[in-house]
Amino acid sequence: MEGNMNLTLKVWRQKNSNSEGRFETYDVKGISEDMSFLEMFDVLNERLITEGTEPVAFDHDCREGICGMCSMYINGQPHGPNRGVTTCQLHMRSFKNGDTITVEPWRAKAFPVIKDLAVNRSSFDRIISAGGFVSVNTGNAQDANALPIAKPDADEAFMAAACIGCGACVAACKNASAMLFTSAKISQLALLPQGQAERSIRAEKMVAQMDEEGFGACTNTGACEAECPKGISLENIARMNREYFSAVLTSK
Amino acid sequence: MSWVTKTLSSSLGRKLLMGVTGLSLIAFLLVHCGINACIFFNDGGETFNKAAEFMGTNWLIRTAEIGLFLGLIVHIVDGLLLWKSNNEKRPVKYAVNGAANSTWYSRSMGLLGTLLLIFLVIHLRHFWVVSRFTDEITSGKETLFGEMKEVFENPVPVVIYVLGCISLAYHLLHGFQSSFQSLGWNHPKYTPFIKSVGTGFAIIIPLIFAAMPIAMYLGIIK
Repeated sequence: MEGNMNLTLKVWRQKNSNSEGRFETYDVKGISEDMSFLEMFDVLNERLITEGTEPVAFDHDCREGICGMCSMYINGQPHGPNRGVTTCQLHMRSFKNGDTITVEPWRAKAFPVIKDLAVNRSSFDRIISAGGFVSVNTGNAQDANALPIAKPDADEAFMAAACIGCGACVAACKNASAMLFTSAKISQLALLPQGQAERSIRAEKMVAQMDEEGFGACTNTGACEAECPKGISLENIARMNREYFSAVLTSK
Repeated sequence: MSWVTKTLSSSLGRKLLMGVTGLSLIAFLLVHCGINACIFFNDGGETFNKAAEFMGTNWLIRTAEIGLFLGLIVHIVDGLLLWKSNNEKRPVKYAVNGAANSTWYSRSMGLLGTLLLIFLVIHLRHFWVVSRFTDEITSGKETLFGEMKEVFENPVPVVIYVLGCISLAYHLLHGFQSSFQSLGWNHPKYTPFIKSVGTGFAIIIPLIFAAMPIAMYLGIIK
């Protein structure tokens, strides 16, 4: 795929989590406007490899907006200028020929840089492990209609479950708060009958883990909701607040 | 740590404290504004002085005043601590800040609050200290209305008070609806109502407050 876009990239390069990072400037030529942002990075990396230099490390996996791996802070916005898309779904037609694009990793105390643009998001995994699950007995799967769930409830739970855990909410928040993520994970289970058994301890444990990981507190600016590629709503944070306070008041 | 301190020192608990104390301060503002608006009767401060005397001597109000100051101290201390700890959560800052994804005032509550704190010190020195810690008013030498006229003869305090009201307006514009969110009150039935009441409150109350020093300075209220 050849194109006629020529761009200047300012990319954060950092050898490892202990080293100091800095911006490197690269000129990329012949980019097609139909390429995704990650494909443009592939072109750059191919060239860096042929030149015998270290390619830029960045996270990616499915490249269709559902895995939550890609994580680039592009021109001061997580996942770039478009709303409701991940970096892999961002296309070069969103930029103009001759543009200078600055690419940084997610910045948060709880997301240390591993290398270049790749950050360690295992703090999210530990929040999930703390309570974002349901315990079920193994055996045959039960009939799908054994638990009646109203359609609006199923839809609302699904809206929360759409969170792919990419961390754009943390990256966008001025406090590097993980509340949109944690609240979506609490909500998707709190709204369904399967989530009721562990409901009271879930919010307490997940919030405690979230605080321990070093994420900030929420100041309700709404930046997370605006930047979330999956449109997770702030209503989830309010639900988490309710879940948490009713849990601490009643737990034994 | 007991479960109460553990809860209140969690990130959610600290926001709850901000929300609850913020709402009590909002309730106070409404009363404060109502009492002070008595000067607009333009009766030489007669109604206002009566209302001020009631507020200063009624035991229920005086007890509530203690609660108000406790709430205010919690709001200030918790707010400053949250500001500090939230700032530390991003040790390496971004080089580029892109298109706005939130309002500037929602991101500047710490700054607006600090401006309000500075204003509050000046404001308490002007009126509260005089009425509580000197005998100027109790002895009948001076009235609170007279005190207001004296302070607002000078354009400097007038400008400071108007700037204080602007900070208050933006602080409330975010703070009012934000406190409900922190309490977990976000619902399609109520949130639009809360947001419009909050916007109205944030505009009208500071506007009435700002009108007082201006009207006194211009001699509209005699």
